[in-house]
Amino acid sequence: MQPTDTRDPQYYHKVVDCQWACPAHTNVPEYIRLIAQGRYSDAYMLNRASNVFPGILGRTCDRPCEPACRRTRVDGKPVAICRLKRVAADLREDITDRLPKAPPVKNGKRVALIGGGPASLTVANDLLPQGYEVVLFEKHDKLGGLMLTNIPAFRLPAKVLNEEIAYVVDMGLDVRLNTPVESMKGLLDDGFDAVFVGVGAPRGKNLELPGRYDSDRVHIGIDWLESVAFQHIDTIGERVLVIGVGNTAMDCCRTAKRLGGTDVKVMARRGRADFKASDWELEDAEGEQVEVMEYHSPKAFVVEDGQLRGMTFDVVEWYEDDKGKQRSRAVEEVFIPADDVIVAIGQENAFPWIERDMGIEFNDWDMPVVDRGTMQCSLPGVFFGGDAAWGPENIIWAVEHGHQAAISIHNHCHGIPLAERPDYGMNLVSQKMGIHEWSYSNDYDPNARTAMRYVDLRDRLAGIGVEAELGYDVDEAAREVERCLNCDIQTDFTANLCIECDACIDVCPLHCLTITENGTEVELRQRLTAPAENLKQDIYVSEELPQTRRVMVKDEDLCVHCGLCAERCPTAAWDMRKFDLLVPYAGHDTWATTAAL
Amino acid sequence: MTYIAKPVARHPRMKVNALGLTPRDYEGTMSTLCAGCGHDSVTSALIQAFYELDIEPHRVAKLSGIGCSSKTPAYFIREAHGFNSVHGRMPSIAAGANAANQDLLYVGISGDGDSLSIGLGQLCHAIRRNVNMLYVLENNGVYGLTKGQFSASADVGTRSKGGEINRHGPIDPVNLALSLGATFVARSFSGDKRQLVPILKAGMRHKGFAFVDVISPCVTFNDHKGSTKSYAHTRAHMHEVVETDFVPLRREITAEYGEGATRSVTMHDGSAVRFNKVDADYDPTDRGAVLEHLRQVRNRGEVATGLLYLEETGEDMHAFENTVEGPLVDLPYDVLCPGSAALAELQKEWW
Repeated sequence: MQPTDTRDPQYYHKVVDCQWACPAHTNVPEYIRLIAQGRYSDAYMLNRASNVFPGILGRTCDRPCEPACRRTRVDGKPVAICRLKRVAADLREDITDRLPKAPPVKNGKRVALIGGGPASLTVANDLLPQGYEVVLFEKHDKLGGLMLTNIPAFRLPAKVLNEEIAYVVDMGLDVRLNTPVESMKGLLDDGFDAVFVGVGAPRGKNLELPGRYDSDRVHIGIDWLESVAFQHIDTIGERVLVIGVGNTAMDCCRTAKRLGGTDVKVMARRGRADFKASDWELEDAEGEQVEVMEYHSPKAFVVEDGQLRGMTFDVVEWYEDDKGKQRSRAVEEVFIPADDVIVAIGQENAFPWIERDMGIEFNDWDMPVVDRGTMQCSLPGVFFGGDAAWGPENIIWAVEHGHQAAISIHNHCHGIPLAERPDYGMNLVSQKMGIHEWSYSNDYDPNARTAMRYVDLRDRLAGIGVEAELGYDVDEAAREVERCLNCDIQTDFTANLCIECDACIDVCPLHCLTITENGTEVELRQRLTAPAENLKQDIYVSEELPQTRRVMVKDEDLCVHCGLCAERCPTAAWDMRKFDLLVPYAGHDTWATTAAL
Repeated sequence: MTYIAKPVARHPRMKVNALGLTPRDYEGTMSTLCAGCGHDSVTSALIQAFYELDIEPHRVAKLSGIGCSSKTPAYFIREAHGFNSVHGRMPSIAAGANAANQDLLYVGISGDGDSLSIGLGQLCHAIRRNVNMLYVLENNGVYGLTKGQFSASADVGTRSKGGEINRHGPIDPVNLALSLGATFVARSFSGDKRQLVPILKAGMRHKGFAFVDVISPCVTFNDHKGSTKSYAHTRAHMHEVVETDFVPLRREITAEYGEGATRSVTMHDGSAVRFNKVDADYDPTDRGAVLEHLRQVRNRGEVATGLLYLEETGEDMHAFENTVEGPLVDLPYDVLCPGSAALAELQKEWW
């Protein structure tokens, strides 16, 4: 193998599994370290730099970081990264004077944002401090988009939502509430330099089955949640069926429990292993006595005398056909009584207000054709992001789309090709403090993941506005932070210092290190101290070692960053160095890469 | 010195041996030796050997004297028995312990100061008696604990960290052991576990005194240019006279030797030592020839390594002394201590 180029920021970035998995590349280990030091406001600001809405995301994020967390591979449960984010938000002091500010003198460029959700707000957050004049059009009378209409208040209190939206608005965002955009053409005629479409995926999928339109007690999940959010609906029948088993279905069933539903069932066509909902959302729903029924395929709505009586389902079993595709067959038919049915089987995009003859290309599924890297559609100057771009994803992806769109808009407005994007950079600084002291908590803490405490079930279900999770207190946070394995403190190797004493190999508790003859990756992975079987994780290969011309190989998979290799290294060939990924945002220059002892 | 404990986290796919133990179950406390000390690698090789031989931790007795080397028994098998003796006196403690309980595996760890200066006489007599034990001499050519004076194994012409040149001739522990009639004599290098681990395994299975001289560099006082016990010098000058493969009893011993294999010696317990790529005409069972061959290697300025001499038919201490079988603790009390009448009867012999 060729020696690994650790001066490419993406190599060490990938070692920080959480940061690598996060669409917005939030510097998780560093904010956890700041929380450990009690620097909650600093932790909040570090979060905000990349994900803009730490308080909101600390409650609602889809958490791509947690399944990726190295701790999962070491002891089975990830660090409670999302909960710690909420700790930073909950315990911060007033940080308003630390927020980015718009300059008094504008740059003369006008940008329109359509839709007041996380994607548009991120674009505003990035462009306002650069001197742009930004106008946001929102059809409702409140900002927030899906974060407001689809995420119930018991998961995301209005105060948290409004506070973080205000941070962006207060930079000088020109907000036009109750102003749905009726025509893209008309908007472009108003002389904007760029337009960003962040309208989400606002149309819930329907369930076209017999009896669907015979009763008004059949609801579309996201529309129903929106009506609850705007307080147009505040009750529901006692027996409720929720069709679908994604995260929207989880919000629907839990909301139903709070509006009077006593017998709430979630009906799934598939088995538990194939559920789309996040494990924790499913756990929370079942913790609130929602029943989840597997293998029930909806067949018909049963309506008698204009009254919804319930639904019939095929109980199905799944098998593989000759082509290896999963198929179902009905085993029996059952009737399940219900007063209300909520259909939560997915969302679709709809752009009736975009004229199809103006140069914005739509594909076969009636979705705009958007470039993954630049967020621009086929009409220069028009950008898409969030769920509007490629269908439903999640808030943290919407934020990252917003960052990328802001870079594109900045380039577009300044005549720079969109493909010329500022580079990532990194800082790499030794953490050595004394002969065996490091400036990070390198002692491995075997504690299990700290459980979340909830409001007592009866109080929790009493009102839609009671936040279910209590959040970690200071002590719980202090305990959980120590589980973080400090993956950003990199084991950095200097081959020409190595005397091949084997001390690092002997001491490594996870058998990550080997000195051996070089070879091809496939073959090398097999003859290490412990075979490197996780192909998703890189192996590091050094330059040739001075004494024997062999190479040092490190399997990144299970390293707990305890620093013992560096501590037992007599020549400081191994050193523990803090990696700081420098992420470019709109208007910033390209970052440099610096590595200092 | 390292202040944190070694993380308890373990590799999830770590293999277990026949006892269900992983290599980590054979570890001891965190080393307090200097970072990069060869002794820590020897410890690691011992751990691997114990693990691969499925040795029960509580059936091991670790013994040592004084010195950096003698600290190392603390760093492996925390469940084993242990005795840290007076400087240089480990061989007599080992002999005594072995006399009382011959069923334990005795592992003595010593250094060039402990064995070749203050304890030289002790070592010689343990070899003469052929005490059944593995004796590892961690040899770095300096007194590390007292800041790097030359030891008795320092070569003529070697330079100290302070710049002095050594003029006293060395005691070569391998030569010494061979001339005293040792039945298992090996030399290896802490930086070469591929060679060291099979030798340690064979030594643990040897019936008699298994002597292993391990060049184990002192990174702090003897790893500079001009030293003949540094990592770089040892790598450049070590000459593997014979390659050793240890074949445990569980593995079927087939008649097919690999290329270059010339000889296989069956150990007392049925396992085997196989010698590969032997220097031309080298016979690891001919003591006189071995001494002569090693003299030639030494004269070329090279360090001969490998399991250099093996004699599996020799009698150990218990055979010499015609002792009872089994550990004394297993004898019924009236047999162990037959009473004053029996003593009086015995004493009549000298009346």
